[in-house]
Order: sequence, then C-alpha cells, then structure tokens
Amino acid sequence: MEYFLIIISAIFVNNIVLAQFLGVCPFLGVSSRLSTATGMSGAVCFVITLATVVTYLLNTYVLVPLGLEFLQTISFILVIAALVQMVEIVLKKTSPSLYAALGIFLPLITTNCAVLGVAITVVSKEFSFGGAPHLMNLGEATVYALATSLGYGLAMILFAGMREQLAGNDVPKAFKGLPIAFITVGIMAMAFLGFSGIV
Amino acid sequence: MAAKSTLINMAACLTGVCLVCSAILGGTYAVTKAPIEEASRKALLEALSVVLPAEGEVNPEAQTVEVDGKSYEYYVQMRDTAAVCWAVKSTVSGFGGPLTLLVGVEPGGVVHATRVLSHSETPGLGAKCETDAKFIDQFKGFDTSSRTLKVRKDGGDVDAITASTITSRAYAEAVACAVQAVAKIQEEQQ
Amino acid sequence: MSKFSIITRGLVKENPTFVLVLGMCPTLATTTSAMNGLEMGLATMFVLILSNIVISLIAPMVPDKVHIPVYIVVIATFVTVLQLLMQAYVPQVYATLGLFIPLIVVNCIVLGRAEAFAGKNGALDSALDGIGIGIGFTLSLTVIGMVREILGSGSLFGWKFLAGDGILAFVMAPGAFLVLGYLLVLFNKLAKK
Repeated sequence: MEYFLIIISAIFVNNIVLAQFLGVCPFLGVSSRLSTATGMSGAVCFVITLATVVTYLLNTYVLVPLGLEFLQTISFILVIAALVQMVEIVLKKTSPSLYAALGIFLPLITTNCAVLGVAITVVSKEFSFGGAPHLMNLGEATVYALATSLGYGLAMILFAGMREQLAGNDVPKAFKGLPIAFITVGIMAMAFLGFSGIV
Repeated sequence: MAAKSTLINMAACLTGVCLVCSAILGGTYAVTKAPIEEASRKALLEALSVVLPAEGEVNPEAQTVEVDGKSYEYYVQMRDTAAVCWAVKSTVSGFGGPLTLLVGVEPGGVVHATRVLSHSETPGLGAKCETDAKFIDQFKGFDTSSRTLKVRKDGGDVDAITASTITSRAYAEAVACAVQAVAKIQEEQQ
Repeated sequence: MSKFSIITRGLVKENPTFVLVLGMCPTLATTTSAMNGLEMGLATMFVLILSNIVISLIAPMVPDKVHIPVYIVVIATFVTVLQLLMQAYVPQVYATLGLFIPLIVVNCIVLGRAEAFAGKNGALDSALDGIGIGIGFTLSLTVIGMVREILGSGSLFGWKFLAGDGILAFVMAPGAFLVLGYLLVLFNKLAKK
C-alpha cells in the first residue's frame, strides 16, 4: 500500500517537471520529437534510479557515520558524473543497440538537475505516505526514484506529442518556439494540479 | 592553451583539484560550524518563546516521550521547581507532506500557543496555516477538557482555513497529538 | 570588447533567462515572490563570479580531457561554501530556497559560462562576465517573481496592496510556466524592434 502511494504521488501529484520544476532544460530541449523524447526518458529513468541507490548508500554508510554531510553536494555530483560515464562505457560494450538509442542523451544527463535533485531529496526530506513522517529507507528510495523518473517520462512523452502537433500550426511570430512551449507546459501543469490531494 | 592530456597529468590534476577543494570545504565547515549551531539554537529559542509563557526557565535540552509507538521531542518550562508548560514537537501528514508544529501545552490540557516549524502545504491555501492570525489565535487558550480539537466539519470546535480543510484537520490533529503527549508526560511524572 | 560591454551584454543581448533560456529550474521554482527570486539570483551570482575567476586562472593548467570534471568540482566547492555560509548567517533564506541552492551545481548557466567564457579568458574579464550574467539572471528572476507576486498574492516585495487573495494559480506551478512563457513573448516582441 505504501509503495503504491509513493508511486502515485511521484508520478502524478508531485510530478517532477510539472510540480517540482526539476529537469526542465532537457525537458524543453529534447521534446520536439516523440522519438527523441522516448529515448531521453529511458536514459533518465535508468540513471536516476541507479544514481539514487548509489548516493543513498554513499550517504548512509559513508558520509553520515563520518560526519561529512557537508560534502553531500560535491560527492553526489561526482558520483553521478562517474556513473553516467560508466553506464556509457558498459552500454557501448554490452548492448550496442541500446547504446545507439540512448547514447547521445547520456552525457547530457550529468547536468540534468532532476538526477541530483532526486538524490538530495531522498536523503534529506521527510516523507509521509500514509504513516508517520520519516526519512526513506532504501526500498522506498528506490521505488520513489523509479516512479519519479517514470513521471518524468510521462510528462516528456505527453509534451512531445503536443509539440509535434503544434509544429504544424500557425503560431503568432512572437510566440514561436519556446514561448508557446512554456504556455503549453503551463496548461499541462494546471491539468496535473487536479491530482493534488489524492494521496 | 589547455595542457596536453596524458594519463599522469590528468590523474595529478584531478587529485590536486580534489585535494585543494576538500581543504577549502573542510576549512569553511570548521569556520561556519559554530554559527550554524548558534543559528539553529536561536531559531529554536525563538519558537519556544512564542509557544511558552514568558515567565520561568526553559531547558533548551530536548527530552522525548513515547505515545502509541510515536515518539515526541519536548521541552519543559519550569517556574521555581514546578513544570508549568511543555512545548511538544508534533509532526503529522498534511496536504502536501509532513506538517511539523511546536505546541505549548499547560497542565490540564490547555493549549498555550502553537507555531509551524516546517510545512509543505500549497502556497496561498494551506500555507496560510503559518500566517493566518485568525486561524492560529483560536488555539491560544484552547481548553481540551471542554472543547474538541477537530475541525467543525468533523464535529469539533476548530474553524478551518477557507478551502484548506485537509491542512486545518492536520493542524488540529498535530495539536491534539501534542496534548496527548503532555498528558503522558504528566502521568509518568506522578 | 570593452570591459563595460562585457557586463552589459549579460543584461539584454545574452540575457541568460530570456535569450539563452538557460537555468530554467530555479527560474521557475523559486520565483513565487519577488524577494525569493532576488535571493536566488544573488546566490547564483555569488557562485558564478567566484567559479568564473578560479576557472579562468586554472584553465591553462588543466588537461583538456578532464576539464569538465575539474570545472564541476570547482563549482560544487563554491556551492557548498555558499550552502554553509547561508546556513550560518541567513538560515531563513536557506530554508525558503531549500533544494535549489545545492542544485546551482547543475545550473547550466554556471557550467555554460565556465566552458564558453572563463576557460578562454583572463581572470578580470571572467569576473566581469560573471557579474554581467549574474545581474542579468538576478533581474530576470526578480521580474518574474514580481509578476507572479502581483498576480498571485496581490503584493510586491511583501508589501500588500490588495486585500484578500490574488489569482492563486500564479503562485502555484502552472503560473510559473505561463508567466515565463508570456514574458518571453514580450521580450521577443521588444527585442525585435
């Protein structure tokens, strides 16, 4: 039940792009075509989940026992950068087809603030899913990271679908490109507001 | 312009940069450690002064009490040798996430005052629980022996914030939990 | 390029928010009021100036292949310094901006300036570039915050001129996207003239 609440909350209620404003730059950057949006979503999903697990373990078993919490930001970003590199190398060797699909998006992910954002949120913010508020344990953190990145994918794919439609329309000159994209996201975010309060 | 990349100078450069940076961070941490502790102590004392009566001595060391498996941190205000008020930190689930209050409770279950320590409620709606004087002031002197800590919709005596019933309900619940915790503290002392 | 034009360039011609459209996450998330926007802008400017100076000084010594990790470490260091200083001296502000202070590390503006400008120019020019872009970013955030605060809460810099509530949607998430979208339209329209 608790995992179910985490999943609903992370995908719909607190959608990472539409409610928490994380990962907006790549969201706008690669969402003009449905196929690239799908590829990016897959890569982000993979990296967010992996990075959250690794940084969670690093924080719980290294930083906190040593009293080095102030090194969180710097160590997390290094871990994420290293992970992205590693995933790239491993994918290239083991699964060339997946690498061809995700490859070009991987280097971009290091500076996707959704990854660092989720990693920091998981170790610092108390959550209450049905029960008493508490810091997440590893299982909850993993489910939260996976669900959050699915929410990222959902928002991105929905938005890419809309942008493909928009591209063929006659948009006023000053609205062309990003302005109309922002306004579209705004309306989408309004629709997602309807989910608030269900968890 | 940039130096040539060989394995040795890449490793040396990264190690050097990391060493210098961690030295800078360690230094800053050492310098700011005392002010950070001071700042959080000041914030706590400020919150305590809001929810506790002015006279008497407050012990700024937190103690804990457990009620129904949930543990609460609390601070005692002493006058001479008797405890006159308790400030209990009470956390419940609000609309957008955890809602943490500091609640001052006098003996006999009378609420002295409340204060929001942290919340993640909707700006402009539930977030008003931190600023809406009319809502906050109704808890001052709230006597739980004659009135019920529930919103009117649920048959209690708390006026909810307009359009924010869930936040108001959570707020009342947090205060009720604190009152229960104080009852337990008093029970344990007898 | 004159020293003065390095600064002014960041305000209009290369405005990080309205022209380059970079660093969108804090731009959207922390502009619920004019004051929050201003504080976030200043925090970013602090990191931008210092990292620009240091990176311009060390760039000639850094091997090409590892320059990105080195830049990230330098930026992360200044962000952490900022985090500690804010916790110590302005804990209230730190609590309001929360997650978005550590996230300055991945703000594309900071790494972008390091890569595009500081890595290739001297320390003084890089500092001026940091100041210019920083002011441009701060101004943009403050303007967005002002619009959202006026429409959403009927107040400006905390000074309330409207009794009751504003249009709440503007304080919430959708308002951030809408206000930024329409301001971009306005900027496009004015810049074309």
